[in-house]
Amino acid sequence: MSLFFAYLSVVAALASGFLALATDKRSELDRLVRLLSQPWPKLQVRAEGIFSAAHYAEFHRNSLFILLGISGVSAVLAGGTALLSGVVTTDTLPFGLPWLNWHIRFDALSGFFYLLIGLSLIAVSLFGPGYVREFEHGKHSLAVLGLFTGFFVAGMELVLLADDAFFFVIAWELMSLSSYFLVAFQHEHASNRRAAFLYLLMAVVGAIAIILAYGVLASFSGGLTFDHFRSLKLTPVWSSVAFTLALIGFGMKAGLVPFHAWLPEAHPAAPSHVSALMSGVMLKIAVYGFIRFTFDLLDEVFWQWGLLALLLGTASAVLGILYAMQQQNLKRLLAYSSVENIGIIFIALGLALIFFSGGQPRLGTLGIVAALMHCLNHSLFKSLLFLGAGAILHNTHEQSMENMGGLIHRMPRLSGIFLIGCISISGLPPFNGFVSEWLIFQTALQTGNVDSGVIRSLIPTASAVLALTSALAAGCFVNVYGVAFLGLPRSRHVASCHEVSHRGMLAGPAMLAVLCVLFGIFPAPVIESLNVVTGQLVGNTLPQVSAMGWLWVSPVAQEVASYSPFLVLVGILLTVWLCYQLFYRQSGRLEARRADPWDCGFGGLNARMQYSCTGFAMPFRRIFQPVFDVEETIEEQKSGPDGFHTQRLRYQLRVSDRSWAFVYQPVARSVLNLSKWASRIQTGNIRTYIAYSFFTLIILLWGIS
Amino acid sequence: MAWLLALLQTLLFIASAPLLAGWLKKVKCRLQNRRSPSIIQPYRDLRKLWRKEPIVAHSASWIFKATPYIVLSTTVLTASIVPLIAVNLPTAKIADVVVLIGFFALGRFFLALAGMDIGTAFGGMGSSREMTVSSLAEPAMLMAVFTLAMSASTTNLSEAMKYVLNTGLVLRPSFVFAMLGLMLVAVAETGRIPVDNPTTHLELTMIHEAMILEYSGRHLGLIEWASQIKLMIYGVLIVNIFFPWGIAQSFSLESLGIGAMSLLLKLIGLTVLLGLSEVVLAKMRVFRVQEYLSFAYLLTLLGMLSHIILEVQH
Repeated sequence: MSLFFAYLSVVAALASGFLALATDKRSELDRLVRLLSQPWPKLQVRAEGIFSAAHYAEFHRNSLFILLGISGVSAVLAGGTALLSGVVTTDTLPFGLPWLNWHIRFDALSGFFYLLIGLSLIAVSLFGPGYVREFEHGKHSLAVLGLFTGFFVAGMELVLLADDAFFFVIAWELMSLSSYFLVAFQHEHASNRRAAFLYLLMAVVGAIAIILAYGVLASFSGGLTFDHFRSLKLTPVWSSVAFTLALIGFGMKAGLVPFHAWLPEAHPAAPSHVSALMSGVMLKIAVYGFIRFTFDLLDEVFWQWGLLALLLGTASAVLGILYAMQQQNLKRLLAYSSVENIGIIFIALGLALIFFSGGQPRLGTLGIVAALMHCLNHSLFKSLLFLGAGAILHNTHEQSMENMGGLIHRMPRLSGIFLIGCISISGLPPFNGFVSEWLIFQTALQTGNVDSGVIRSLIPTASAVLALTSALAAGCFVNVYGVAFLGLPRSRHVASCHEVSHRGMLAGPAMLAVLCVLFGIFPAPVIESLNVVTGQLVGNTLPQVSAMGWLWVSPVAQEVASYSPFLVLVGILLTVWLCYQLFYRQSGRLEARRADPWDCGFGGLNARMQYSCTGFAMPFRRIFQPVFDVEETIEEQKSGPDGFHTQRLRYQLRVSDRSWAFVYQPVARSVLNLSKWASRIQTGNIRTYIAYSFFTLIILLWGIS
Repeated sequence: MAWLLALLQTLLFIASAPLLAGWLKKVKCRLQNRRSPSIIQPYRDLRKLWRKEPIVAHSASWIFKATPYIVLSTTVLTASIVPLIAVNLPTAKIADVVVLIGFFALGRFFLALAGMDIGTAFGGMGSSREMTVSSLAEPAMLMAVFTLAMSASTTNLSEAMKYVLNTGLVLRPSFVFAMLGLMLVAVAETGRIPVDNPTTHLELTMIHEAMILEYSGRHLGLIEWASQIKLMIYGVLIVNIFFPWGIAQSFSLESLGIGAMSLLLKLIGLTVLLGLSEVVLAKMRVFRVQEYLSFAYLLTLLGMLSHIILEVQH
């Protein structure tokens, strides 16, 4: 049953992709439909209405996204049935190499990630029709966008279905390549072309690492299916080689520091609903690959791996959020915050590895559950925020927060939805982001059970960094919301904008916001259903999670830690209501009086006197200075006899990512040097080339004889 | 019965918070050779504010008006988790100490948003600084909590206090470091000297006050009350975690009375210490706060390491 829905989802996504090809084929379709519907005059009238020049565009656009929506709903159904029933279904498709058909396996882990794709996809398909309208009359055809969106979604789903290395890599490449075309969609901007190229380059390098990782397993097992790999016993050295390659390959796709530089370039370049899918879902597919490879395919894990994942995760988390804070472009900021969240997920996975290798499978399971919860939560709120940023972009044509402000008065509904996303991503109770971070803290707190003293002191330090990260995230999103939605508008077109008119563009993010609240308040059922996943994956569950009832979460034991978000919410609402009754109703309903804000008695406050987002982030920039590459210049134009009178002042600030200077530029330079060195044999002199041919010939002849 | 007692304890908590603020002011005035206002002056101030008409800027949104209620209610909820005069109350199970840090962060999130809602420079400045200070204070606080939690192997406050009670008076270097670190964090988080000055109104030096500069009347009253409760929460956390002796372990009237009396004595001691430090120290520059908080972090880290090196038995 679950497999049927899984296939349906893939087919619907592909159908949506192929349907997009009909964007500019209205007249041909019109003729075809007239021909086909000739026997039924009633149908013909309807068809003429749809395929008329006036209605075709809307019909076509809607049907594209309805198909994507069907794909999303069936993905949710597939994931839901796999999680609830706990049945593993396998299948073989007659495609691929003649001696190796595509192996399909759909278990609870794939089902969970299917669910995650489905939820975001439904929101995107609600949001999409309103959003892509503006591309219709633009330079680029909707056909390209629709085709590759469909392929992209299908690629992600096929990765989850794959049960042999060959099929996995094909699906992986389908996902990577089609998303390349989506990043390059608005290729008239040089920056987008550059971002797309960088993305392609990193995808290729990452794929090489993944292929090599599978290659290690395949060469020892003598087969390409995952079943071969599962029964394989590797020596620690080879299994560490495979793990490192997988960590590099999947980490590159997931955007782990220091392989993250493509992510903040590529994600903002794509259209917003695709950015939502890329940041919300595609990164999770990379996490899926890592989990599948490490916990399922490799037979043994070592604490050194866990330490490596923990260190990379910690670095990604704190650097991601610090860089996010310094961005003015909203979508770029969100992309950097994805780096942070992926870091948080890898912290949890690193903890899981350490506990598994230390013979604490229950705590390891807790780590995996925390990581999976954070995957789900991040996909929800990051998709929400990207869609929200897309709605703002759609209405104001503005990406820079420095020109926004006061949107809460102009877009009241969107601002409410966006606020929920901001609270969730900041990891504040009682919303969903907090639950997964709390679980990670609870996992980290069990360090006392580890034997090695070094690890026992490293893990608390890592979790202190996690605390720093979540506090910085709160600061970052106060900045986002405060600058973009509150205060006074900083530009004219933002001042004159109004609420999103397309209903679906609000419904998509609103659905995600409702899920953020729901999963935040009732996390126990979700964690319970994850027991099926961990049961199949590592053969261990967390039976005590809802020992106190389904409103409570107690991950380790009742007396160790417990949390009831529902009671927290009830408590907050009750106290707010009581305060309101006591202090507003009982005090004679004294209404607040509206007046001008305090201006120190000078008067003339205007929007430019507000704190800007660069200003807000300044203390962080100064405190964490070693992390950034800051270029700050002040140009003064002076006049008067002694240059006392400053006429113009120009302030320039550029904050760039250190990973460029430390990782990418050296690599690029050495590649360049290497190619220069190799090009020495190309002298441009015909005699040399003849000599080359001559010697090659002689060597060949010598070899043959 | 237990739930009723928990409710009563919460009411006692929030009702006595202004008293603590009044007492602190009295201590400070005495140390500075000034005549102090009456100890119940904070109650009078709050009553005055609650009766006054609030003034809201034209550009304010619903966030500005809702924030005082949200801040107060998260603070009250936090107060309900912290064991005041008795352990074993059912409310302590709702949320552990990590959630408690989260509650403070939630209140702060809205307060910082409200600071930016009007669109003046002061509000934004206050918000930016408050988020900076708190983001540096949070790791230190968590480290202190971790030290405690690893000794007691629980993050439930009530259980942790019981653990300290049951092990008796043992000198643990880790607890000493954690307590010192937590005290420094508490000073930063409640906006006291030397990090922030709650009595200043010189715009460029203030942090917390800059954020709430636009609040008046009823709204200001709620926020003031919330910050008094927050001060008391930190005080109670410090004295009850590290010196829990006297706290009631059963719900008999006698033990509750002992619990209340011992808490009173402990809090009096702590506020005298706080008052003394505020009189002796001067407020520091904003960009020296990071050094102060790094020191707090270092202390808690030392606490953690000494726990791992000296105290874990295998």
